[in-house]
Amino acid sequence: MSAPNKSFDPVEPAALAASTLEAARVDALSAIAGARDLAELKEVRLAHAGDRSPLALANREIGALPPAAKAEAGKRVGEARNAVRVALEERSVVLEAERDALMLAAETVDVTLPWDRSPIGARHPLTTIQERIQDVFVALGWEVAEGPEVEAEWFNFDALNIPPDHPAREMTDTFFVTSPDSGLVLRTHTSPVQVRTMLTRKPPIYVICPGRTFRTDELDATHSPVFGQVEGLVIDRGITMAHLKGTLDHFAASIFGEGIATRLRPSYFPFTEPSAEMDFQCFVCRGESIGNPDKACRTCGSEGWIEWGGCGLVNPRVLIACGIDPDEYSGFAFGMGLERTLMLRHGVSDMHDLVEGDIRFTLPFGTEV
Amino acid sequence: MRIPMSWLREYVDVPEASAREIAERLIAAGLEVETVEQVGAEIVGPIVIGRVLEFVEEAQSNGKTIRWCRVDVGSEHNDADGGRGIVCGALNFAVGDVVVVCLPGSTLPGGFEIAARKTYGHVSDGMICSNRELGLSDEHAGILVLPATSAPLGTDAIAFLELREDVLDIAVTPDRGYALSVRGVAREVATAYGVAFRDPAAVSLSKELAPDWPVEVADLAGCTRFVTRSVTGFDPSAPSPRWLSRRVTLAGIRSISLAVDITNYVMLELGQPLHAYDRALLSGPIVVRRARAGETITTLDDSKRTAVADDLLITDDSGPIGLAGVMGGASTEIRSSSTEILIEAAHFDAVSIARTARRQKLPSEASRRFERGVDSQVQEAAAERAIELLVELGGATALAGRTVASAPVDPPTIELDLGLPQRLVGMPISGETVRSSLTAIGAGFADLPGDRLVVTPPSWRPDLRMAADLVEEVARLVGYEQIPSLLPKAPGGRGLTLSQRIRSRVGRELAGAGFVEVLNYPFVSVEIQEQLGLADERFATLRLANPMSEEEPYLRASLLPGVLTALRRNVGRGNSDSAIFESGLVFRSDPGEDAAAPRPAVDARPTDAQIAAVVAAVPPQPRHIAVALAGNREARGWWGAERQVEWGDAVAAAYIVAHAVGVTLEVTAGDLAPWHPGRCAALLLDGQLVGHAGELHPRALEDLGLPPRSAAMELDLDALLARAGDPVRAPSVSPYPVAKEDVALVVPIGVPASKVAAALAHGAGAVLESVRLFDVYEGEQVGPGLRSLAFALRFRAADHTLEPGEVLAAREAALAGAAQIGALLRGGAGEAAGSGGN
Repeated sequence: MSAPNKSFDPVEPAALAASTLEAARVDALSAIAGARDLAELKEVRLAHAGDRSPLALANREIGALPPAAKAEAGKRVGEARNAVRVALEERSVVLEAERDALMLAAETVDVTLPWDRSPIGARHPLTTIQERIQDVFVALGWEVAEGPEVEAEWFNFDALNIPPDHPAREMTDTFFVTSPDSGLVLRTHTSPVQVRTMLTRKPPIYVICPGRTFRTDELDATHSPVFGQVEGLVIDRGITMAHLKGTLDHFAASIFGEGIATRLRPSYFPFTEPSAEMDFQCFVCRGESIGNPDKACRTCGSEGWIEWGGCGLVNPRVLIACGIDPDEYSGFAFGMGLERTLMLRHGVSDMHDLVEGDIRFTLPFGTEV
Repeated sequence: MRIPMSWLREYVDVPEASAREIAERLIAAGLEVETVEQVGAEIVGPIVIGRVLEFVEEAQSNGKTIRWCRVDVGSEHNDADGGRGIVCGALNFAVGDVVVVCLPGSTLPGGFEIAARKTYGHVSDGMICSNRELGLSDEHAGILVLPATSAPLGTDAIAFLELREDVLDIAVTPDRGYALSVRGVAREVATAYGVAFRDPAAVSLSKELAPDWPVEVADLAGCTRFVTRSVTGFDPSAPSPRWLSRRVTLAGIRSISLAVDITNYVMLELGQPLHAYDRALLSGPIVVRRARAGETITTLDDSKRTAVADDLLITDDSGPIGLAGVMGGASTEIRSSSTEILIEAAHFDAVSIARTARRQKLPSEASRRFERGVDSQVQEAAAERAIELLVELGGATALAGRTVASAPVDPPTIELDLGLPQRLVGMPISGETVRSSLTAIGAGFADLPGDRLVVTPPSWRPDLRMAADLVEEVARLVGYEQIPSLLPKAPGGRGLTLSQRIRSRVGRELAGAGFVEVLNYPFVSVEIQEQLGLADERFATLRLANPMSEEEPYLRASLLPGVLTALRRNVGRGNSDSAIFESGLVFRSDPGEDAAAPRPAVDARPTDAQIAAVVAAVPPQPRHIAVALAGNREARGWWGAERQVEWGDAVAAAYIVAHAVGVTLEVTAGDLAPWHPGRCAALLLDGQLVGHAGELHPRALEDLGLPPRSAAMELDLDALLARAGDPVRAPSVSPYPVAKEDVALVVPIGVPASKVAAALAHGAGAVLESVRLFDVYEGEQVGPGLRSLAFALRFRAADHTLEPGEVLAAREAALAGAAQIGALLRGGAGEAAGSGGN
């Protein structure tokens, strides 16, 4: 390194000559551009931007210049070094990108290989449809009530205005537990849960009662001795059949599609008065198949309506047995089969599939929510 | 109830409408018309009336004799020779008889098409028909020979014989007994169409008659009315006219004899069951009374029955001659020689008849009607109608007597607030509409002060007992389709219960872990429970009195029989890698609870104590959850080998359930059938045993036909749920770094890993963040009977960075804790274990 040039020395050191600096800059940029990978670039950086590089050396000479010359020389060197630094940075970005691309290309796999190492599962469609129904009613502010499957006859029949020796007892084929005189049955409907609810809660009552029920029907394509039901019960002041109809319309639309309405037909159940059978409009043909052989509908048999369940206003005798004053409160109840609802909604054609637990049948329902 | 339309039209002027349309009107009015059977719809003419002109009998080589006949079928249908040549196999006719001939081109019931065909050496140009071939009855002993008729030959027999008929088939609900009659249905049709109704019960009765037969009703509650009328000189050989047997047959009752057909006809028409006695066989007064112990009766179906004390009997001096309202006795029944006939028309108590019919397992047309309620005032008319028919059709003479034994009955009345229908139906219903509806159903009414009525229901509607019943009548006549749709506003609900939310989550998590839900029947056999070695409370003891199958009469006390059967079914169907779960109730009988569940009265709310007694009689039914696995838990693939199901998969399922519930299970070695005694985990919650999991016993698997190594788990889900629900307390997360130490400990085989982990944790104290087993080694390097357990320990303090010395001290403390149960550091004190995962 030269000593400080206190007195003006008009002779500029060669390293600081404009031409020299320019040559160093060009050399450096050319070497940078020529670097083929990051390793080469590292060498180029050392050679052209390192401590021993021409431009670094030139930079040291500036200190020896007289003050008047320092500024200009400094500017020249600075510009050259800056150009090299920028070029290095840019090249580095390019080469890193190239390296990354190569590496990722090398790690490429066949993403179509199967990845079915662990099994998938599914809940039973009867469970999911029950939850779907619960969700509809919970959203209305109702609650879900449950009860035992082996039930006292008193809850299953007597309290529901089905006295012994009434022909209505023969409407249901009952499983008796232990003996016909034990007073215990497998519940034939979930209505005993309604009774338990009315006995333990004060109106207003808005509940649905889903659950397993039992009747001595042989298993065939549409019957099963064990089947699910969902019943609804409302007890409040001023409840009318219009409220029943409104609730069923909402329910049908929630399960079978917007705009699907219900129809009531007079019928008889001991625990309701007035009573009705309930149909909902066919969600496939929406009634267009009635009297229209060109548009025959397999889902409803071209009837336009599909039977869904029974309903009515709670019989005052039932209210009285449960300690509810029929002059102050009225209520409605309805009930339908879960299997039937499921079979209609999903096109299940054979009850056996719902009973046997074959995982091939159930797995696709895993996507039901 | 099957009702031929022609019968209905006799009493109501049904507008010209298809039977289907009428059915729809009736359905809207509350009669459940199941089908409209179009009897004879497939019959196609020409089927005509003919007369046999002549015939030649020809013996055939097959031993049969046929008649080669010429039949005059009217000028329109006769051939050029003034008749038709027809081969007939029957021999029960003579020249000149009037017969029914189906000509070529016609079709008979069952789609049987008639063509001219060559048979027995002749071309038979049609067929002479039997009753059965025409669909009239099962009679096939010969061809149908019609009585002499004024109808010209060639008359269309389809219309003449009424071969085509629409028959309504109505499923009558228990409240509408009146619809078990032409009369009741005709009234509904008249109301539905707003047309006139002619009451078949409006029979003119000759006023006062002397008693027909002495009758004593000893139980006027069981029999409120007992009417008899009689005929003499009945011609027992008189056949039922065609219209009579046809209608009875179409209604679903077999045609038997004129006298019996008449009683059935009147029953079908008026809904009043009748019984015909051979009056000559009666001895002494008829007494209606309850049975005495041990009394027997042989009923019309020739079976000897023992009556029970509250069976209502019809008796005479000879003893019981009928099970009242259910079936008559054989000793006084009408025979083929009976000429003196006494008709009984009575009104019996519905419950009494229902009990007897059920107890005797003898449901009859009569009992079906009495159970549902018969018109309490129609007995005289019904008896009269039967007598008229016996006289008219059977050549009998009516005896001038009538016995009417009856209890004075005040017709029940109902008070009805005129505003009630509107309030309950939820739409405007005027007082005028209410009144006209009541009139339409035949009810009488009078005004009370304050817009109220006192209503007297018609005698044929015993089902109308309270105001709500009348509201239904008004509503159905107004039309249910008029009811508006209005969603009621419930007060804010609490949503699903904790248990409901958790059960849903348990199912979702198991499904997420690859388990498929099954829902099995709760019926189990003794056999499978024995195969599984279920010996404790899991062996079902609640038995059904009337199981679907005598092989599976018990209600499950464990889910295992069901899930393992479902697993076997899946494996058997080729689903060799199956993992299933079930959540459901199991049934435990209450030891010492043999008394029947009480049944308090329902005319008011039972007392709390009474309700509690009913509830207490219901056996415990805890909810369990179970899984079963077979085959591979992880599939073989391009990534490598499969992983077979093993004991741990069942234990893992228990952890999934516990985690979903939010509780922590403790696992100890268990030994319980049907699990493998060395691979059975007992699952505890707060020290209480709540279930088991593991590999199943090889012998159980073999007995069940399940693959080796299949595993299962069963948990008392209710026990877990009982401890769920505490809100999670937020953890305090230390910002200071973690220090990790791995240790390998040598213990005798048989010392549970969980115990060693617990000892380490206990020894390490508060700075231990977690301890996790990451390796198990057995082999030469540790020596026989021993194994090495490698644990990863994580230390962290809540309030400062642990100094190296503190970490070392904590590690030593953990090791000291382990040493207390004999777990020693592998390779000697101070030596660090190999690195392991964290």
